[in-house]
Amino acid sequence: MDIQARFRLERGDFTLDVELTLPGSGISALFGHSGSGKTTCLRAMAGLERASHAYFAIGHRVWQDEASGLFVPPHQRPLGFVFQEPSLFPHLTVRGNMAFGQKRAACGDRRFSLPTIAELLGIAALLDRSPGELSGGERQRVAIARALLASPQILLMDEPLAALDLKRKLEILPYLERLHEEFSLPIIYVSHSPDEVARLANHLVLLDQGRLVASGPLREVLSRIDLPAIFADDAGVVIETRIAAQEADGLSRLEFAGGQIYVSRRDEPLGARVRCRIHARNVSLALVPQLHTSILNSVDACVVDLAPTDTPGHVLVRLDVAGEALLARITRRSADRLRIRPGLAVKAQIKAVALLA
Amino acid sequence: MDDSDFAAIWLTLRLATVVTVVLLIVGTRIAWWLAHTRSPFKGAVGALVALPLVLPPTVLGFYLLIAMGPSGPLGRFTESLGLGLLPFTFTGLVIASVFYSLPFVVQPIQNAFEAIGVRPMEVAATLRASPRDAFWSVALPLARPGLVSGAILGFAHTVGEFGIVLMIGGNIPNKTRVVSVQIYDHVEALEYAQAHWLAGGMVLFSFLVLLTLYTFNPAPPGKTV
Repeated sequence: MDIQARFRLERGDFTLDVELTLPGSGISALFGHSGSGKTTCLRAMAGLERASHAYFAIGHRVWQDEASGLFVPPHQRPLGFVFQEPSLFPHLTVRGNMAFGQKRAACGDRRFSLPTIAELLGIAALLDRSPGELSGGERQRVAIARALLASPQILLMDEPLAALDLKRKLEILPYLERLHEEFSLPIIYVSHSPDEVARLANHLVLLDQGRLVASGPLREVLSRIDLPAIFADDAGVVIETRIAAQEADGLSRLEFAGGQIYVSRRDEPLGARVRCRIHARNVSLALVPQLHTSILNSVDACVVDLAPTDTPGHVLVRLDVAGEALLARITRRSADRLRIRPGLAVKAQIKAVALLA
Repeated sequence: MDDSDFAAIWLTLRLATVVTVVLLIVGTRIAWWLAHTRSPFKGAVGALVALPLVLPPTVLGFYLLIAMGPSGPLGRFTESLGLGLLPFTFTGLVIASVFYSLPFVVQPIQNAFEAIGVRPMEVAATLRASPRDAFWSVALPLARPGLVSGAILGFAHTVGEFGIVLMIGGNIPNKTRVVSVQIYDHVEALEYAQAHWLAGGMVLFSFLVLLTLYTFNPAPPGKTV
């Protein structure tokens, strides 16, 4: 059940022109800087913007096909939309807001009950409050609950965390992960935060100035070095690991296909899956094993390719670590001095690992 | 105060109530259109609606009188329907008052709709509400302060009109003789005591209406949060 999208629309001097195929499950992130067209693209999927040349289908259900004049208006599309601002209706209570879409969804389509969703999103105690009495994080959770209760077949989220501070973000992120785990509901998630994308997404779409730059599985796209500097300083890969051992000195040992890495003690049980992000700027290269160094994590790697970065002094090196991709950002001078070239066996030293969940 | 005074008061309240109801129905539609249209005629329609704010009531009354008269388009229409002519009838007065008080109802409601913006309607659409459904379940409740203001101003303004009543309605007891005209009659007849009762009542009424509006009408129109 793939999602097919093709939109071409012009708004003033901005043109959106994209053609996409997204997986029918999991979280697909639309990533780009402001003005990249990611929000417009999402709104076009919902039918809130009508593109002149457009095709949009989820599986065999076609919602828009301008070639044959088909345009299903937004209120007839079984979708959920979470806006950047919670946009709750102030004249209704939290319960009234949540019931708004539920009442209007066809009975046969209703998948969730209000108490279940309220419990899942941790807002069961707030049902009789008015939206004005809630914190920003609570409002956004109500907005997510409201969208889910309309029993959507796809959930569209437009930077749902952007208006929140870090604490509120951390409060909501686990709920988003549960959504994706507990319901087989495809989510399309617009974001300009590399951290959010790395943590949540399975599929990544990069947009720049209204055009598609790349689209593919998250780890594959993140490990490409031929993309323009869209992540800039944030270039890096995501690896899936599991906790292999808890060491006595306050470290946890994580195993992944390419080897093992040590991180500060994690509370999860042995075997738990942990998603890590390794920034290219935190990976350095050596030709021989370094014994006299404080850097703990070092893996055997093979150079695959080199590419220029956004700064002339640096290069991005793509490495292969037993089938896993790793990126290293090193100075051009070091690359020349060590004669880094495809096929060379190196030691990749990992200075820091960001644990995502 | 005698029977003719009470008749005038009763007629005035009846007129203002009917006009307010008509204006809420017609004015809300116009306000919605003005708040959301991208039509090039928006400016022209807005200006037409606002004309009674600047025109002397006699001018408006004069043209309405002609339009409703036997050779005017409205007059021919009503005659062809077998309704007769509208000038000097209660219905004629209602129609004239609707035109005259239109901006007082349209503008607060239009402002309320514009303050709400398109976002709540988009949210409603993504929650399966058709545009008509969303209008009733979201736009109107959020615009309530504007609707209340519009209704009160429309009612009060209709109660206070004079020139247009004279032009269209004349001065027919129980049919078109409203309070403002009755006061005029009293003054002409040098019945100052009676004029005082009615005029003082109007001052008090108007003050109370505005006091209610400024004190109790909930603050700025709703936006989503």
